[in-house]
Amino acid sequence: MTFEKFMFYLFAGILILAALRVITARNPVHSALSLVLVFFSSAALWILLEAEFLAITLVLVYVGAVMVLFLFVVMMLNINVDSMREGFIKYLPIGVAVAVISAIEMGLVIVANFGPDKVPALVRHGVEYKNTESIGRVLYTDYLLSFEIAAVLLLVGIVAAIALSMRKRPNTKFQNPSEQVLVKKADRLRIVKMKTEDRQS
Amino acid sequence: MLELVIYIVIIFLKVFAIVIPLMLGVAYLTYAERKLIGYMQVRVGPNRVGPKGWLQPIADALKLLMKEIIIPSKANKFLFIIAPMLTIAPSLAAWAVVPFSDGLVLSNIDASLLYILAMTSLGVYGIIVAGWASNSKYAFLGAMRSAAQIVAYEIAMGFALVGVLMAASSLNLHEIVTQQAGGIWHWYWMPLFPLFLVYFISGVAETNRAPFDVAEGESEIVAGFHVEYSGMAFAVFFLAEYANIILIAVLTALMFMGGWLSPFEGIPVIGDTFLGESSIVWFLAKSAFFAFVFLWFRATFPRYRYDQIMRLGWKVFIPITIIWILVLAAVIAAKISYVTLGLSTIGIVVAYMLFSKITSRVEASS
Repeated sequence: MTFEKFMFYLFAGILILAALRVITARNPVHSALSLVLVFFSSAALWILLEAEFLAITLVLVYVGAVMVLFLFVVMMLNINVDSMREGFIKYLPIGVAVAVISAIEMGLVIVANFGPDKVPALVRHGVEYKNTESIGRVLYTDYLLSFEIAAVLLLVGIVAAIALSMRKRPNTKFQNPSEQVLVKKADRLRIVKMKTEDRQS
Repeated sequence: MLELVIYIVIIFLKVFAIVIPLMLGVAYLTYAERKLIGYMQVRVGPNRVGPKGWLQPIADALKLLMKEIIIPSKANKFLFIIAPMLTIAPSLAAWAVVPFSDGLVLSNIDASLLYILAMTSLGVYGIIVAGWASNSKYAFLGAMRSAAQIVAYEIAMGFALVGVLMAASSLNLHEIVTQQAGGIWHWYWMPLFPLFLVYFISGVAETNRAPFDVAEGESEIVAGFHVEYSGMAFAVFFLAEYANIILIAVLTALMFMGGWLSPFEGIPVIGDTFLGESSIVWFLAKSAFFAFVFLWFRATFPRYRYDQIMRLGWKVFIPITIIWILVLAAVIAAKISYVTLGLSTIGIVVAYMLFSKITSRVEASS
């Protein structure tokens, strides 16, 4: 077994164990942290495939941003785990059906399209190969339209999320910093000339 | 097999060659902080342990090593113990791609800038997990504050880095530095002046340092996410925070101040002497300067209020960076040199400062 193969099985094993922990952990915070480990291990697998740009972006976007917000929500909600487990037996048949169907579908795709004789062998590049550059080149030439459409979709998503969650409460207090900066001494301070009081004897 | 073992041993030696000086740097940064802030406040600072107090950080480390690590009885033990590791691991891992001098780098990967951004964005996990696992209200509040702040400022930081990679047209830190060659006026702090400021200030906010240290907020929430930690577990958080400070200082030096390049490069007389040579000394001097600025900030500015921090991050820094990226794109498309852009930027800033000085003087006299 070569070193690379060893690394592959190591990370793949961690990935599968962590993925199992995501659905079996009792504590939702543990589940979320296991999902982080899943993303991390898959990033490591991508690095083994020389897709360093995608791997680092996976860590940056999913681990660095998305999962942080997930954890935030999970920690703040204080979910009652026992009440969520109540319907386990009731929903089990539907769950098993969905799992079996998706397993068959995935099996069909994998058996039909993957295998040593169906996929060309992985091209190993030299030290000079730049993964980032080649991805950029492909994205901005061959797939420009779909890339731009994806970008616009994301923008629409951001605008929609903000529009949905923005509500103006009538009694919120806020400051206007530009007004505060423009305040002069005369606006706030009045110097009054007074006669000195007589000493009370 | 033997080759592989030798290879791994050499990598480990290189890692030690980075981590040990870094840890020493962290130790003496804490000493420098106490001493400098002491002098800024007309005190002497620590001066008892060893000659002039030089052994103070060693004594502190020993003290923390000897102390008991107390795990709160209602804490989530596994996460409580793993949280300090989650904090220190990314802040050390980021150093793998930092070039210290021409060719002096552990791993010269192609997307090193992106790698550093990814690693620094992982530091927040340690903080959230520590705050949650402690099962303490103060720790949780501190963790929430600090996580929200880190997530907010990371965006501004990322956009500032987009400007840098556009200017250098590379994601590789070594390449970014070599693109700045040719003298101090070629360094990116001039053409990317707003991004330089945004990056450094966001870096201060990212590391939860004063004036953005509401996450610690001694007067409100005791010490934030690490209230429940003692002994070495606390020390690990401390190490990670200072390692991050040094990392931000180093990155600012690399991306905006020309890394190991000499500032006298290209100047007729001085540039030909030994001062004109680029070396690790310049890199260390620039990094030390930015680390000093971190300490200087702490002694100078009062703490920001929380809503002001959020406003600065979202409503000031992010728009500034987006506008400057557009300006930079226009400059690149029009094939104007960065030196021209830099000189005009600095010119505008100086003119604005003079203008506001004059107008305030006119108003004061009227």
